[in-house]
Amino acid sequence: MDFTFSPHHIALRRMLREFCEEELRPRAKRLDQTGQPDREVLRQMGELGLFGVPFSQKYGGMGAGETGYCILMEELNRVCPSTATIIGAHIGIGAMSLYLDGSEALKQKYLPAICAGRHIAAFGLTEPNAGSDAAGIQLRAVPEGDSYYLDGQKMWITNGPIADVVMVLAVTDPALGARGGATVFAVETKWDGFSVGKPEKKMGLHGSPTSLLNFDGVRVPKENVVGQLGLGFVTFMKTLDIGRVSLGAATLGGAQAALETALRWVKVRSQFGRAIAQLQSIQFMLADMATDVEALRSLVYRTAWLVDNGQPFIKEAGMCKLLGSEIASRCIDRALQIHGALGLSRDFHLERGWRDARIAEIFEGTNEIQRIVIASELLQEVGVRIRP
Amino acid sequence: MDFNLSEEQVMFRDLFRDFAEKEVAKVAEHTDKAEAPPLEVLQKAAAQGFLGATFPEAHGGAAMDQFTYGLLLTALARQCASTAVTVALHTSLVGMTILEAGTEAQRAEYLPRLAGGELGAFALTEPEAGSDTRQLQTRAVLAQGGFHFDGVKTWVGNGGPAGLFLVFAATDPARRQDGISAFLVDAAAPWLVVGHREPTLGLRGLDVRTLYLEGGPLPEAARLGPLNGGWALAEQAQARFKLALAAISLGVAESALDLGVRFAIERKQFGTAIAQKGALQAYFADATTEIEALRHLTYYAAWLADQGQPFAAAANRAKLLGARIAKETANRMLQVHGGYGFSDEYAISRVYRDSRALRILGGTDEFVRFLIAQDVLQDAGVAIQP
Repeated sequence: MDFTFSPHHIALRRMLREFCEEELRPRAKRLDQTGQPDREVLRQMGELGLFGVPFSQKYGGMGAGETGYCILMEELNRVCPSTATIIGAHIGIGAMSLYLDGSEALKQKYLPAICAGRHIAAFGLTEPNAGSDAAGIQLRAVPEGDSYYLDGQKMWITNGPIADVVMVLAVTDPALGARGGATVFAVETKWDGFSVGKPEKKMGLHGSPTSLLNFDGVRVPKENVVGQLGLGFVTFMKTLDIGRVSLGAATLGGAQAALETALRWVKVRSQFGRAIAQLQSIQFMLADMATDVEALRSLVYRTAWLVDNGQPFIKEAGMCKLLGSEIASRCIDRALQIHGALGLSRDFHLERGWRDARIAEIFEGTNEIQRIVIASELLQEVGVRIRP
Repeated sequence: MDFNLSEEQVMFRDLFRDFAEKEVAKVAEHTDKAEAPPLEVLQKAAAQGFLGATFPEAHGGAAMDQFTYGLLLTALARQCASTAVTVALHTSLVGMTILEAGTEAQRAEYLPRLAGGELGAFALTEPEAGSDTRQLQTRAVLAQGGFHFDGVKTWVGNGGPAGLFLVFAATDPARRQDGISAFLVDAAAPWLVVGHREPTLGLRGLDVRTLYLEGGPLPEAARLGPLNGGWALAEQAQARFKLALAAISLGVAESALDLGVRFAIERKQFGTAIAQKGALQAYFADATTEIEALRHLTYYAAWLADQGQPFAAAANRAKLLGARIAKETANRMLQVHGGYGFSDEYAISRVYRDSRALRILGGTDEFVRFLIAQDVLQDAGVAIQP
């Protein structure tokens, strides 16, 4: 056993901490209020190589692996969940599906621009009638000559309004449906027939734009098929599996930030003639938060290590997402409680953190789906197969 | 980073599991019903080197690191929590304190005895000293022939079968915790009286006693560590014990989940095995998720200890989390059993009763939370008192 981070990862974290504190923190509130991503900060992030952290240097990535990517997501989400979500959709699921299963030619075509931040990526799975039951997708891709023509809708797509390239799961064989008859396509958003709906109005993550995507006979060349024809559902499920690890890392950053915020406040806030840090009910909330954060940290980086070492990780990835989202929501809620009315003030950042945190219990597979994934893996180990 | 167990750790883990499944599993129910530790199995454990797990080979031990020793406790607790706690008290509180603070002569005398199967007991708690052990009422006065004692110790685990007691007493009461010393007392000492066997809700195989100290003398050579330096030894011992309890909680939680899953596969309702019910699958998912988080936090704390780094902060977190997860998992898995869970014929009811002790033993949840809060607030520049 060795729980020490490599010097490379330590340096990455130091660089990220500095960037997040100096560049991101001053902008986080405005992102929430305007609902617009900050292009300038995204440009800076591109220069720092942050759009390709886990990917091989062969494609212009940083080569920092899943561990490095988890460090990125933890640090970003500690300061600005909206920005972390843009990066998460871009790297963790959007580009990841291409990275995992795309042909060498297709990776060479898109990944360098994606890693440099010149292309923003998105992940197109969810549809109006396909949420947790993702196998119910209806968006059709019909072959004609050397192309496919895509018709249908994708919904709740993170980065939808700002994406340059979207990985889209479409039905190529309706008889087989999602299981064996769905294929992933890399679709450029500038192509004819593609349009974006109005940005969704959400409770939180205002700085991370989300929208409906319309495909009205979008022509996609055959070379833009990602992975094997008919096996797109597998590619997307694999992508979501791995994405849950870094999502767990993001929630770790959110929980850590809540603890840090609470620790600063309990020192300076005085009631009953002393700092509230001296009140045992407050101390107990801090102790539970610190315990949860430490446990989550161990789970997340161990799972990242499993990924980096080519070991099975599906069950553990679900655990990172499930436990992480619940811990983050709980920690932020407690931090808000510790702040009293100030916690509710929109002049202070906790209410934003509280609104931003809730989605982690829902997106990239609701926590109910995570429980099915985890129970399914667990029961499979003792020879029982289950269905949702 | 490297989360692999070493080859040696894997070998030991398999050995521990094998021993626990072959020897401990079959006595677990009897241990609970008889309300007595499985002494024969403990002798077999001693023969395997498990009662001197972390002691040097020169003193009859197996020279394991804290991490490997944690694997032993988890394996034992997975079959019988009482047995695991018996071993943990003996090793983490008594043996390791002698190893850390004893003179060479004391180590050479006591560690081989403990490793050989003579149980150790830790006598710190008193009727008026539970979480707050700063002011002990038990006195040790240096007079003719050595130290003379007067006092009562309560909740002394292993009290009945122990051959050796590590006793804490005030040698300079005015100085409170800075006036406490530690002593090694043979069970044969005529002035040491092992009293009332405490009947308990769970961990019934753990022999818990009240201890009466009425006289002396105890030779000065039996004092452990510096005069008035006992408080630090007790604190270090308790930090090690928290690490041990985290490993035990892990085993208890694993055993509960195992029992729940096995029952759910066999039990049929509404035409299917209840393992097919989403509501129960959610219990399994939450339990296994929490167990995995606990495992790696426990491993992290043990790894810190083995690196010679401060580990108390991590051990406190692992202990608090472990107690909650063991209790919660046992509770959920009892629920999975329905009415059978309430029956003494099913092991889950014992595991559930056992799990409750973990939120009190070795530091109540409330005191451990204080320690954790003290740690995080200290990092933020605030000092707090219990």
